[in-house]
Amino acid sequence: MTKRPEPRPPAPAGSGADTDPSRAAIDAAIDAAIAENRDLRGATLPILHAIQDRLGYVPPAALDRIAKALNLSRADVHGVLTFYHDFRTSPPGRHVLKLCRAEACQAMGCERVERHLAERHGAAMHGTTSDGRLTVEPVYCLGNCALSPSLLLDGRVHGRVTPERLDALLAGLAAEERA
Amino acid sequence: MYSNKVQDFGTPARPAAKSVALQIDGQPVTVPAGTSVLRAAALAGVNIPKLCATDSLEAFGSCRLCLVEVEGRRGFPASCTTHCEPGMKVRTQSRKLADLRRGVMELYISDHPLDCLTCPANGNCELQDMAGVTGLREVRYGYAGENHLAAPKDESNPYFTFDPTKCIVCSRCVRACDEIQGTFALTVQGRGFGSTIAAGPTNFLDSECVSCGACVQACPTSTLMEKSIVDQGQPDHAVDTTCAYCGVGCAFRAEMKGSEVVRMVPHKDGKANHGHSCIKGRFAWGYATHPDRVNTPMIRSKITDPWREVSWDEAIAYAASEIKRIQARYGKDSVGGITSSRCTNEETYLVQKLVRAGFGNNNVDTCARVCHSPTGYGLKTTLGESAGTQDFDSVEHTDCMIVIGANPTDGHPVFASRMKQRLRAGATLIVIDPRRIDLVRTPHVAADFHLPLKPGTNVAVLNAMAHVIVTEGLAREGYVRERCEVDQYEKWKTFIASPKNSPEALEAECGVPAASLRGAARLFAKAGNGAIYYGLGVTEHSQGSTTVMAIANLAMVTGNIGRPGVGVNPLRGQNNVQGSCDMGSFPHELPGYRHVGDAGVRELFATTWGVPIQDEPGLRIPNMFDAAIDGSFKGLYVQGEDIAQSDPDTKHVQKALESLECLIVQDIFLCETAKYAHVLLPGSSFLEKDGTFTNAERRISRVRKVMPPLAGMADWEVTVALSRALGYPMHYDHPSQVMDEIALLTPTFTGVSYDKIDRLGSIQWPCNDAAPDGTPVMHEQEFVRGKGRFVVTEYVATPERTTRKFPLILTTGRILSQYNVGAQTRRTENKVWHDADVLEIHPHDAEQRGITHGEMVSLQSRKGETTLRAVVTERMQPGVVYTTFHHPESGVNVVTTENSDWATNCPEYKVTAVQVVAHAKKSEWQRGFDSFASQQEGLLPKTAVRGDVR
Repeated sequence: MTKRPEPRPPAPAGSGADTDPSRAAIDAAIDAAIAENRDLRGATLPILHAIQDRLGYVPPAALDRIAKALNLSRADVHGVLTFYHDFRTSPPGRHVLKLCRAEACQAMGCERVERHLAERHGAAMHGTTSDGRLTVEPVYCLGNCALSPSLLLDGRVHGRVTPERLDALLAGLAAEERA
Repeated sequence: MYSNKVQDFGTPARPAAKSVALQIDGQPVTVPAGTSVLRAAALAGVNIPKLCATDSLEAFGSCRLCLVEVEGRRGFPASCTTHCEPGMKVRTQSRKLADLRRGVMELYISDHPLDCLTCPANGNCELQDMAGVTGLREVRYGYAGENHLAAPKDESNPYFTFDPTKCIVCSRCVRACDEIQGTFALTVQGRGFGSTIAAGPTNFLDSECVSCGACVQACPTSTLMEKSIVDQGQPDHAVDTTCAYCGVGCAFRAEMKGSEVVRMVPHKDGKANHGHSCIKGRFAWGYATHPDRVNTPMIRSKITDPWREVSWDEAIAYAASEIKRIQARYGKDSVGGITSSRCTNEETYLVQKLVRAGFGNNNVDTCARVCHSPTGYGLKTTLGESAGTQDFDSVEHTDCMIVIGANPTDGHPVFASRMKQRLRAGATLIVIDPRRIDLVRTPHVAADFHLPLKPGTNVAVLNAMAHVIVTEGLAREGYVRERCEVDQYEKWKTFIASPKNSPEALEAECGVPAASLRGAARLFAKAGNGAIYYGLGVTEHSQGSTTVMAIANLAMVTGNIGRPGVGVNPLRGQNNVQGSCDMGSFPHELPGYRHVGDAGVRELFATTWGVPIQDEPGLRIPNMFDAAIDGSFKGLYVQGEDIAQSDPDTKHVQKALESLECLIVQDIFLCETAKYAHVLLPGSSFLEKDGTFTNAERRISRVRKVMPPLAGMADWEVTVALSRALGYPMHYDHPSQVMDEIALLTPTFTGVSYDKIDRLGSIQWPCNDAAPDGTPVMHEQEFVRGKGRFVVTEYVATPERTTRKFPLILTTGRILSQYNVGAQTRRTENKVWHDADVLEIHPHDAEQRGITHGEMVSLQSRKGETTLRAVVTERMQPGVVYTTFHHPESGVNVVTTENSDWATNCPEYKVTAVQVVAHAKKSEWQRGFDSFASQQEGLLPKTAVRGDVR
């Protein structure tokens, strides 16, 4: 049989592959992100962002769908996707913490916070806690240098972070989850 | 990469009227405006070091080795991205430049394995050369730092390896895939130090890569390397030759070690391919030395007898005696011959000469009968010459192209890449095809209109488009009145303007909305330069010849013939279809398309050949089959064509072959036809003989012998020997003498000789006193026939109609990795991509029949049935199914019918009413095929060839 990329045939009835609800939901999210942005000039990046905003990451299935929609090759999209550190290709933990590693934050002790995260909370840089609660990623400057060190927790900036303030923030998350 | 003996000018040529004078290292240099400093220097013999630049790709400016100093300017600009300016004074060597270049090399080498002596590129590596040129002596950074030396090799592609440890991320491969091939299968993944080349998220084999080899060609290191070089080492010499696959006719360098091919490399100076190639020509040449090759002549008196290996003399003597016996018993006209579109012009010429002079009749035909015979007829009638009007380079000037009944990305991949280059540069595209072929939408290229017509309605679609052009005042009346027969034009105009030819009247019949037909017609008529490219989807119909004439009408009425960028362009299927037709392979025509009924022409040949020529046309291939079955045709000499697999209505063909008393097959393999043969004469591949091929643009190119014939004789020598044994000796010591005779007898070839081809590289006929260097574009001042002739093209539906029993239409075609009957490509690693023919079917039709993707289904017509694997795909339109004919056991032609073109008998392969049934086992024909194949295999001498690969 041909190995050339063929349009995916519809799944045989009851085969499970495409009837898997989570798979269907992912495809729907990708298609919605494409539909909203495909008419923009240079739509690849806005689409990738929109997918990550919806799903927390860009699943492998997105490549073919974006390529097809924008008439690009899969490799074109892969090149863009892998160029930016901000894009994830696997699901993150339930919460994402981006710790600033830029000059001002380093000068004001972000490395202490980083160590504390790893030792106390089991969340090393680029890693996810074993309970899947928290993913930690580096970021280079949040523009909040006057209040260094800074971090971004689920999209919200926090300044003058100390190990103690961090513990409080994370305890807050845990409380929220229990509620 | 190219052998480092081939000069690389660094950046592409810039043809410009204006020139620029400057100084490079004190030397005055004058170059066309827009030329890079790097290229200008190379032209002046000054080789500036470089790594990311190569003259097949646009400048990129990333490696920073080609830095120069320009007087009066600050810094060290890259010479590849710096254009020459008047009066510029460039310095290519200085202490500072040397330091900079060495520093760059030092960084490259700090992350490169130091295994040059055991590296496959050793002796032919640009990185190695640059280390030498820049005088690199040490790497101050050491080798212990972070590096890429542990990255795993990707060996998934059967023909080349990707070794990222050797990669310098110059992007030449990525750019080659984008700029030249247009597949965009490669990318740079990651960023910064983590940047690596990747075929998308997968390995090479599973990627979008089509294995054209452009990336391997562009790689300056051994990162992308042919496995044949990894296995065998670098070549010791190279011979220029021409690819023996499709009608594009790419020029190649056969890189050799003694008489062994180690690599086929597309030739930069090749005028058909400009250094590009496809998977077939570049990589799929291993069949030439496959163990299945037939290397000893064999004879037998009945096809149920065991084969007996004999000497050449005995085989030739036996074949000649059989021909003589049959002619004595059944008459002179009871034998005939079939020439091959895969053999050279000279060999084809000799076979038709053997038939006309040796057999004494005109029973000669060629496989063009089943492909482009309507092209010959249709273009001769309308324009006056049986050939395409343009060269391939013409596409660079095209503003709008129509692609009808052709699938260039699969069938003519190297030219498809040229088309895609032009389309990305802004030309518009109209695709007329029942299937959604790749060109309809492929990365960075999309058709402006896709007219997904019902198979068999080409004439309706073209008439509707012409109707729009005529009735909306878009016809180029001035052009037509000056260049064409006006009374015929008026007649045609009245016909085409009648309401029955309007898009609205024809949309139901052809299945294309009237609005699309009107839109496409306007787009084409209003474009400056409109070109029409077509293939077998035009010719292999009951109205094949009518469609060709409708295409010519459309081109004439829009003024699109006679200059670059326009024209009627048949994309020829096999390497030498054009040539085999030119050489007089048709039963009614002597070389140069001159009718046997013309006494003057006959006289010319009779005098030169010393025998009278029959004045009546002989039998066409289908007539030969019919005559064999009714008992009047008993002996056939077939050179290099597998009629048992490629011709329609297989069961009829098999019956005809079984009826022959002597079938002489000359082939490199024991093909399907050979299984019915009484004499098997080993053929020779294109690597084993001298000769010429003529491609789709009428370009005559040399084929050069790089190894001795495996069986001892080249094909042309066998025909000469057979002729001698028949009592008609031919006197040639070399194929060049055959070409001299062709030139002597054929007005369009008068100026052609091997010397001139060697001098010019290749020649496009007509080549004569009026055009001593050949003719890239035809009909420039006037049409070959004087005035262009419009022909009324009434649409007549094919008699092949869907019925309740056979509600679907089958149409056939081919795929990129396989070629024709597959005898060559099936014996290469290309089978990784396509190891069986499959049936493409629309999801709707599949669902109705309970067919799931990948299951075996039965394909049935009124002629027969066969079993194939189903591929469910929206590429198809509902009601139409599609398959290929590359594998004999698929039996696609068991299903196709006896219908054919009204003018030329070209079979209607493209329309067969069929039914598809789920859950099938092998058909009765396939079981018979299996048992016949194993019976025939059992009749082979133990030591000899094996049968067709199963």
